[in-house]
Amino acid sequence: MLADYLPSLFEGTLITLSVAGASLTIAAALGLLGAAAKLSRSRALRTAANLYTTVIRGVPDLVLMLLIFYGGQVALNWAAQRLGHEDYIDINPFVAGVATIGFIFGAYLTETFRGALMAIPPGQREAGLAFGMSPARVLIRITLPQMIRLALPGFTNNWLVLVKSTAIVSVIGLSDMMQRAGFAAGATQQPFTFYLAAAGLYLAITTVSLLALNALNRRYSAGVRWAHA
Amino acid sequence: MNWDAIQSGLPGYLDGAWLTLQLLGASLSIGLIAALPLALLRASANPWARQPVWAFTYVIRGTPMLVQLFLIYYGLAQFSAVRESALWPWLSEAWFCAVLAFGLNTCAYTVEIFAGCITATPRGEIEAARALGLSRAQLHRRILLPSALRRALPAYSNEVIMMLHGTSLASIVTLLDLTGAAREVNSRFYAPFEAFLTAAVFYLALTFLLVGLFHLAERRFLTHLRPRMT
Repeated sequence: MLADYLPSLFEGTLITLSVAGASLTIAAALGLLGAAAKLSRSRALRTAANLYTTVIRGVPDLVLMLLIFYGGQVALNWAAQRLGHEDYIDINPFVAGVATIGFIFGAYLTETFRGALMAIPPGQREAGLAFGMSPARVLIRITLPQMIRLALPGFTNNWLVLVKSTAIVSVIGLSDMMQRAGFAAGATQQPFTFYLAAAGLYLAITTVSLLALNALNRRYSAGVRWAHA
Repeated sequence: MNWDAIQSGLPGYLDGAWLTLQLLGASLSIGLIAALPLALLRASANPWARQPVWAFTYVIRGTPMLVQLFLIYYGLAQFSAVRESALWPWLSEAWFCAVLAFGLNTCAYTVEIFAGCITATPRGEIEAARALGLSRAQLHRRILLPSALRRALPAYSNEVIMMLHGTSLASIVTLLDLTGAAREVNSRFYAPFEAFLTAAVFYLALTFLLVGLFHLAERRFLTHLRPRMT
């Protein structure tokens, strides 16, 4: 029974992974922008970034996703009609899902990146500038490599939560792992078997991510001497 | 903005907010009560006590809460032994399944938070207790748990906020919580902005309320750890 539906379940796994990967790209970009805005001298930028992280982290993922999926549909069609477009436009659930999850986790990554940037002693940047490095070179040689090391633990956590959050894209009709499992469960009357299989696949993704990111963390922390209590 | 849709949906939102708080309260209570003994086992030096608890929290924390909810709500019906058991009237109820799934989930995260704080207890506190001749039970009751649970407050408040947001999954299994109320308003009026923005405002208000309460609790219980004014 399970074997008949495994190919479909694996296809769903690929969709889940692509949603997670695409969302992470958007989230990382927004996170860098957000962290830069929070640490900038402009009061307007700081306020905007604070509003972004506060509101996003105060509202459930599911509500934001339904808002962007259904609300985006209405807004898009209203705008299209204004521009003289006649046909009804459907929002692709993949696009809506990736946009929402990317937008949400951009707020969490903003905090992770901001914390990492703040943990780099300002003297290092100043020393770089005093040596005659350009600000861009200081960023590439001094700030970014250390920021990766300092942000990795928080980033690992954000990524694991993100992967698990993708399960809700099935609610807006995306044919991910959850929806495939639900379909197979309905067809075979064996819901426990198929949801357990989905759980196993999620656990496999999180375990592999954890091992890979921990290895990366060891690599980036090679130069750090840990204090042993 | 279609204010009429929001206004006519308002009683639904208030009922929904009440159900959200009930789900949150019930699942947090279950999670908290189960997490205390499990955290002590998780922090134990004996691997036979520690590792089964670690496996439990690892599996729960490594899978989405939606899968856990579906396994309980849809999955358990697969077994005729469950369908014929005395528990079936409960297990076929969406409310009970949601509380069970959420409780199990928050329990796993709470165990990790508590166990982390227990193992991080300063050695000096334990040595002082031993030097004063406290028994093992007294050491746990008077020193270890009060000290660790206080230090767990900031991390636990994050967990509570995550659970508040997690309860929105209840709307997927037909419950009319805050998110469920918003989905109903959306399908009745086809007004997604009004429906979901109103729910978002309710969630934000609840989030701020909980954050405020935890700040007060931290002021009360963590005064000894606050940075000193110099």
